Amino acid sequence: MHPALQGLLTIVIGVGGCVGYFYASNLVLDKVIFPAKGPNIGRNINRANMVRPWLFLFPAMFALGLYLAYPVFETLRLSVTDRSLGGAFVGFDNYTQMFGEAKFWEAVRNNFMWLLIVPAMSTAFGLLAAQLTDRIGWGSIAKSLIFMPMAISFVGAAVIWKLVYDARPVDQEQIGVLNAIYLGLGGDEPQQWLTIPFWNNFFLMIVLIWIQTGFAMVILSAALRGIPEETIEAAIIDGANPFQVFFKIKVPQIMGTIVVVWTTITLVVLKIFDIVFAMTNGQWETQVLANYMYDKLFRANDWGVGSASAIVIMVLVTPILVWNVRNARKEMR
Amino acid sequence: MDNMAGTKSGLTWAVHISVALLVALWLFPTVGLFVSSFRTADQIATSGWWKAMFAAEQSLTLRTAGADEAVREGDLYVLEGNLFDIDGRETLNISVWGTSARDVTAYTPGDTAELRRGGTVTVQANGDYRLETAEEPSGRGQRVFVTAKVPPEFTLGNYDTVLGKNVALNVVIYGIASLIFGLVLKYVFRGSERGIGSYIPLFGGLALFILLAFAFGLSDGRAEGAQTSDNMGRAFFSTLTVTIPATIIPILIAAFAAYALAWMDFPGRALLIALVVALLVVPLQLALIPLLKLHLAIGIGKGYLGVWLAHTGFGLPLAVYLLRNYMVGLPRDIIENAKVDGATDFQIFVRIVLPLSFPALASFAIFQFLWTWNDLLVAKVFLIDATGDTTVMTNQIVELLGTRGGNWEILATAAFVSIAVPLLVFFMMQKYLVRGMLAGSVK
Repeated sequence: MHPALQGLLTIVIGVGGCVGYFYASNLVLDKVIFPAKGPNIGRNINRANMVRPWLFLFPAMFALGLYLAYPVFETLRLSVTDRSLGGAFVGFDNYTQMFGEAKFWEAVRNNFMWLLIVPAMSTAFGLLAAQLTDRIGWGSIAKSLIFMPMAISFVGAAVIWKLVYDARPVDQEQIGVLNAIYLGLGGDEPQQWLTIPFWNNFFLMIVLIWIQTGFAMVILSAALRGIPEETIEAAIIDGANPFQVFFKIKVPQIMGTIVVVWTTITLVVLKIFDIVFAMTNGQWETQVLANYMYDKLFRANDWGVGSASAIVIMVLVTPILVWNVRNARKEMR
Repeated sequence: MDNMAGTKSGLTWAVHISVALLVALWLFPTVGLFVSSFRTADQIATSGWWKAMFAAEQSLTLRTAGADEAVREGDLYVLEGNLFDIDGRETLNISVWGTSARDVTAYTPGDTAELRRGGTVTVQANGDYRLETAEEPSGRGQRVFVTAKVPPEFTLGNYDTVLGKNVALNVVIYGIASLIFGLVLKYVFRGSERGIGSYIPLFGGLALFILLAFAFGLSDGRAEGAQTSDNMGRAFFSTLTVTIPATIIPILIAAFAAYALAWMDFPGRALLIALVVALLVVPLQLALIPLLKLHLAIGIGKGYLGVWLAHTGFGLPLAVYLLRNYMVGLPRDIIENAKVDGATDFQIFVRIVLPLSFPALASFAIFQFLWTWNDLLVAKVFLIDATGDTTVMTNQIVELLGTRGGNWEILATAAFVSIAVPLLVFFMMQKYLVRGMLAGSVK
């Protein structure tokens, strides 16, 4: 069958199935199991209302459980078994093997650099852009242009920036902007930016900063607008200059939002895969955890070590997970 | 106070300039890709894209006609003609020229150069040349290195190569027609801007586009020398096939759950909400192997069904979270009044909550669309099998990066084809995207 037709059919089955399920299950509940008539009418209505939420929740909870909750435990189990031994329990062998690999520590080191730099730079640029664009007439156009990279895939961004970093032999005209500028400023020969160990990490990070700044800007700009005017007016009357107003009045008041933006970008960074995969594939000392994991799972076919490295990512995410859940519960009270 | 006013206007200028700089910096890389996709391989290789707008001094290597066209004049062999005729190029105005690669600026037009292998050549500014040798010439024509101002030139040729002949042109024409049709509809239905009426222009335009595409076709056949056209065109439709069901299905499932979490009372509700928030941040890397094993075990295998299910599962936490947060904010009165009037939960949900939640549904739909369209990892794991029949554009581009890393005209065009759709959605639906982001970032 043609895939497009298959897709159309899936939409019809999916949507029809959902609607049918919800409608039919409600009908069965109200008319057959607990009919709202007869001697037990009151009790039946109450019982039906106790069951109904679970009818509404069941498909979503089932999918969430199967596609996100179950894999966490299954991955944990896989990380202490060995595929080549028929799935036998091997304790921490996979972890020991992983900790013994230089490439793993390279990935950890790089991931920490990403964690330190990308959220900080994106938030800083986002805050700057938010503050500046809020003050001018064409700010909304400027905003939507800075925001635009959010719509571009990591792979597309990788191609875009590979063109920026492109290097040609010294006697030819440079077509990569960075090398053209570098030579224009007196550099002696064009550089293969992505192959210079250590520094190439930063050239990869720029891509993500470029994408995430728009996100930070949008959220922070909304927060800046929410600041009560009086606090700013009072500061100006007291003789604060624009910089003092910004750093001493505005920033402290949106600190909560800044933290949210920071953690959200941190989550993106922890899972970063496509950019590294498409631009260097972890060569020249640019490995990161998610790409290391992909290598282990699908190139080396080593599910044990692959799962172990996935668990490492999970462990790094956990503090944010706990913090988010606590905040959400606080808010609900 | 005068002083203060002065500093203020100075500061305003500084703000304008810094914003302009920031925007330019952010736009520059994308514009580079866009411009490059309209240049020929030659142009891309010989000059930076930022020079594409201007007539550029470009060095060209041209040849005189071959020896067999030499004419005898007295005791000389003479070759006459125009350098630009040979490749069928446009005539340019030569500023300097040379006969050796080492010194391409040796002569000005009208000069006569001594050739190393004997004889002389004279080149005029318009490319006319006269080559005289005493002995009978042999072999190919003499190479002449000319420097001339080449006017800016853009081509749709790359798009023909990547997508098929005239596809880009047809899309643009149909697109403009649909846009005009949409605007007309908007004018006709300007009275009913609220409710369903406001979507008539959008869907009318889309319908016309699809109709035109089916009626007149998109491609006028394969472009010459195209090796990528089939792949990229097919990948485009594969991506579309992955994306649309993966966007629509989770919305409905999530909406029911979100309603239950927002407006129904039952024990364990708070716990379930906490669970959703927790699953919001679980890295999908953890899910790859267990789910692939599951899919293989129950016979789904690798394919569209698997990738639809996976995207549905991974998109659900955000969908439930976004929609619940929105639904909780709906006015309590409306829902309670409906309950008093005897409406069941199912009716309240379908008749009241779902229509009122449209902005949140749209926000999530855009998120999920962008995410599934731009995804590489999920498609690689759950969709793309060894046969390579099913592929998505992101994967195709990564493969092009590997096999045709130097062919920037192909790469830039392929990448731009893949980012054009998200960009279009982004600019059309930005309002909903921003709204969703504000609601989705955990406060």
